[in-house]
Amino acid sequence: MTCREFLALLDDLIDENLTAETRAEIEQHLHKCGHCEVIFNTTRKTIEIYRSHELYELPPAVNERLHAAIMARCKAKHS
Amino acid sequence: MSTIQSIAGQNERHPDETLVERVRAGDVSAYDTLVRKYERRIFRIAQNVTQNREDAEDVMQDAFLKAYEKLDQFQGNSKFYTWLVRIAVNESLMRLRKRRTGKMVSIDEDMETEEGTVPRDLADWAPNPEQNFNQAELAEILRKTIQGLPQGFRVVFVLRDVEGLSTEETAETLGLSIPAVKSRLLRARLQLRDRLSRYFHRKTGVEK
Ligand SMILES: [Zn+2]
Repeated sequence: MTCREFLALLDDLIDENLTAETRAEIEQHLHKCGHCEVIFNTTRKTIEIYRSHELYELPPAVNERLHAAIMARCKAKHS
Repeated sequence: MSTIQSIAGQNERHPDETLVERVRAGDVSAYDTLVRKYERRIFRIAQNVTQNREDAEDVMQDAFLKAYEKLDQFQGNSKFYTWLVRIAVNESLMRLRKRRTGKMVSIDEDMETEEGTVPRDLADWAPNPEQNFNQAELAEILRKTIQGLPQGFRVVFVLRDVEGLSTEETAETLGLSIPAVKSRLLRARLQLRDRLSRYFHRKTGVEK
């Protein structure tokens, strides 16, 4: 497996969409290729960090104000 | 009479389906429940696409109102949430267009996806790199980094990796092919990784 072939499979590897056979080939490549190993680990970490951190807080008071506005507008449509 | 009634083995219904039916029958309180359930996620998506707080608040309101008005057009063959996200993304893109008048904004913007070179990176990250920053610093880094992505990559990354839509749902929501979603997702992930590396590299030499 070349680095380019590895990269083409990176998403499926991260999303765990691979057959055991392909996985084994990839693991072999990662074992001897430090570059791809770093790319794999840090890309996975990137996703994990974004998934676990709320970037845009919606303060409860704002949330309530917006929620009330939405429901008021819907009720106005309804009647 | 022995009419064939093999309704057994029907798919289990998504709880949203019952709520949607109740709303259609005129029960506004059922819509309240749906709004509560998804408002924060819709706000996050809108903020990610528009990169503007005021717009995100407007989009959140308009998307729910539009969904309410068009509920009878909603077909049960997609999930209510996916349908709602599609409305919110479209509203967000409209806001972007208004802000950048004259400049076309679409999901296809900046998308010449030249087959990228294989990234070369031997410098690993520190073990828990995010712990070298306080919450506010880290949030700022993450915001700055994702803002730098081309819009069409950012949306795919947010829907797929942050909000957890499937590749198929993301494609459907954005009106893109599945290969297009996959190619953008890979590029988005790699670009974010590359940009975060600046902050997260293991410090070589003397510890600070
Ligand atoms: Zn390699």
